[in-house]
Amino acid sequence: MTDLATSPTRGQSQAVRLLLRWSLYIALGFFVAIYLMPLFVMVTTSLKSLEEIRTGDLVALPREVTFDAWFTAWSGACTGIKCEGVQPYFWNSVLIAVPAVAISTLVGAINGYVVAQWRFRGANIIFALMLFGCFIPFQVVLLPMARVLGIMGIAGTIQGLIFVHVVYGLGFTTLFFRNYYVTIPIELTKAAKVDGAGFFRIFWSIFLPLSLPIIVVTVIWQFTQIWNDFLFGVSFSQAGTQPVTVALNNIVNSTTGVKEYNVDMAAAIIAALPTLLVYVVAGKYFIRGLTAGSVKG
Amino acid sequence: MTSPPRFSRGGVPHAGEQLMTKWLEDHLPKLMLAPSFVAVLVFVYGFIAWTAWVSLTRSRLLPKYEIEGFIQYERLFASPRWDTALNNLFIFGALFIVIAMALGLLMAILLDQNIRTEGAIRTIYLYPMALSMIVTGTAWKWILNPGLGLEAMVKGWGFEGFSFDWLVDPDMAIYTVVIAALWQSSGFVMALFLAGLRSVDGEIIKAAQVDGIPTWRIYTAIIIPSMAPIFLSAFIVLAHLAIKSFDLVIALTGGGPGFATDLPATYMYAMAFSRGDIGQAASSAMAMMAVVFAIVVPYLYSELRSQKND
Repeated sequence: MTDLATSPTRGQSQAVRLLLRWSLYIALGFFVAIYLMPLFVMVTTSLKSLEEIRTGDLVALPREVTFDAWFTAWSGACTGIKCEGVQPYFWNSVLIAVPAVAISTLVGAINGYVVAQWRFRGANIIFALMLFGCFIPFQVVLLPMARVLGIMGIAGTIQGLIFVHVVYGLGFTTLFFRNYYVTIPIELTKAAKVDGAGFFRIFWSIFLPLSLPIIVVTVIWQFTQIWNDFLFGVSFSQAGTQPVTVALNNIVNSTTGVKEYNVDMAAAIIAALPTLLVYVVAGKYFIRGLTAGSVKG
Repeated sequence: MTSPPRFSRGGVPHAGEQLMTKWLEDHLPKLMLAPSFVAVLVFVYGFIAWTAWVSLTRSRLLPKYEIEGFIQYERLFASPRWDTALNNLFIFGALFIVIAMALGLLMAILLDQNIRTEGAIRTIYLYPMALSMIVTGTAWKWILNPGLGLEAMVKGWGFEGFSFDWLVDPDMAIYTVVIAALWQSSGFVMALFLAGLRSVDGEIIKAAQVDGIPTWRIYTAIIIPSMAPIFLSAFIVLAHLAIKSFDLVIALTGGGPGFATDLPATYMYAMAFSRGDIGQAASSAMAMMAVVFAIVVPYLYSELRSQKND
């Protein structure tokens, strides 16, 4: 991309160009401030006492920094009747996300490998059917899934939620790996077959070593999706098995007692921390997943 | 994988075993794909069929399976609450999509001017996308609450007459959902557009500059029209997000005040899990499905076709 703003256009004086440049920075800075404001407000509110929140300014820095709200949010805040903070639900989310991410990524890798490299008749139709599954509004499967989880005996359990996330994550994980493996020449697989290597041998020693970037993209995508999920979490969990997003919503909307905004904010940050961390550490892969997940092709 | 049973005593494999291995070897790819295929058939298509079926029955607390016609849809479209939900989806969807695209394009163009700190700014514009909608809703609920939030702050600055109570105003509450959703997703649209701007042929732009065409004309006449496919993708993603919007409304307004910010997704959830009206839940889910179909199917179809032509 050529640089349009600094390229000399006829009749533009130095002063005008400088002015344009500064307005550009001001506009960009304005958006930066807007995007950071909610995070800033969340952090500062979580560090204030309730007294200071009532008397002070929304965007003011805390006069006195206190971590009380954080301790309460982690282990004392009430979700309905229980008052154990978000801690148990945070671990529920971990227990749900880790196996669900691992299984859906592994199965997606094998699926993508089959669809891209072992093209048999009908493979593309199967792929298209799976792809379409990514797009359905999940409301359309909630009712039957609730019944099937009951029949399987895993209604309201962590295993049930893992199962649901794996099933509805497969479309995306398959898509990611398929689109990655389709760029690897099929001749490679054919040559390996001629040399006597089998299905798993080829996957294990040729494709897997090439797959690190797409594994990272898929794991990050799935982790963000599953960690941030609310619909499945609220529909298919029960008192002890709720994920952290559901617990957060219960804390914020619990009607008993004084509204503790600082605790709400601390709990929200705790719930957001894992995915934020992933974004900060591996933002590049996160964005790649987003664009791959949205711009199909 | 279990290995095929061994029939032979010596080192020479039995003919039957050889056949078996050969068959497995040939069908292994299909066998590996089969479980996922079955899962998708049952849990996506089978479940859609189940919901469609139940939407044609008189099911209430428990599903019934005698087809009665379109009574649930008649009830649905006669329900004022569903009417509000659909209206809200239309207002929310239209504003969200149009403004997110405009903001995304603006930010992408601003960022595309050789900014030294581009990486850092991009990271900041995009981070809300990593957050759960529940977190976003919680944050904005606090910021927009009239008692202690933004309104109180501006009042505290001396503007006593300032009022910003959209969150608790039934006529305006849906716009707070738009604000929070824009904050969450516009950075993502920016990223899409930025990638698009970078893929425009630099030679054409240079030629236009040599010809003395003003910068804004280069954008409106050359660059933006060449990004048409990206506009389409952004539209699909945003429309899809809008229709599925559920968590954000739950966390921000809980569908209230009253039912003022109900969306089809929250309506469906309320019918399924708090009202015990499975028939209504199923028919509203099918209505959502129909909207998604209308948008996504032509897109997927054209995508798959263009892939074949490559």
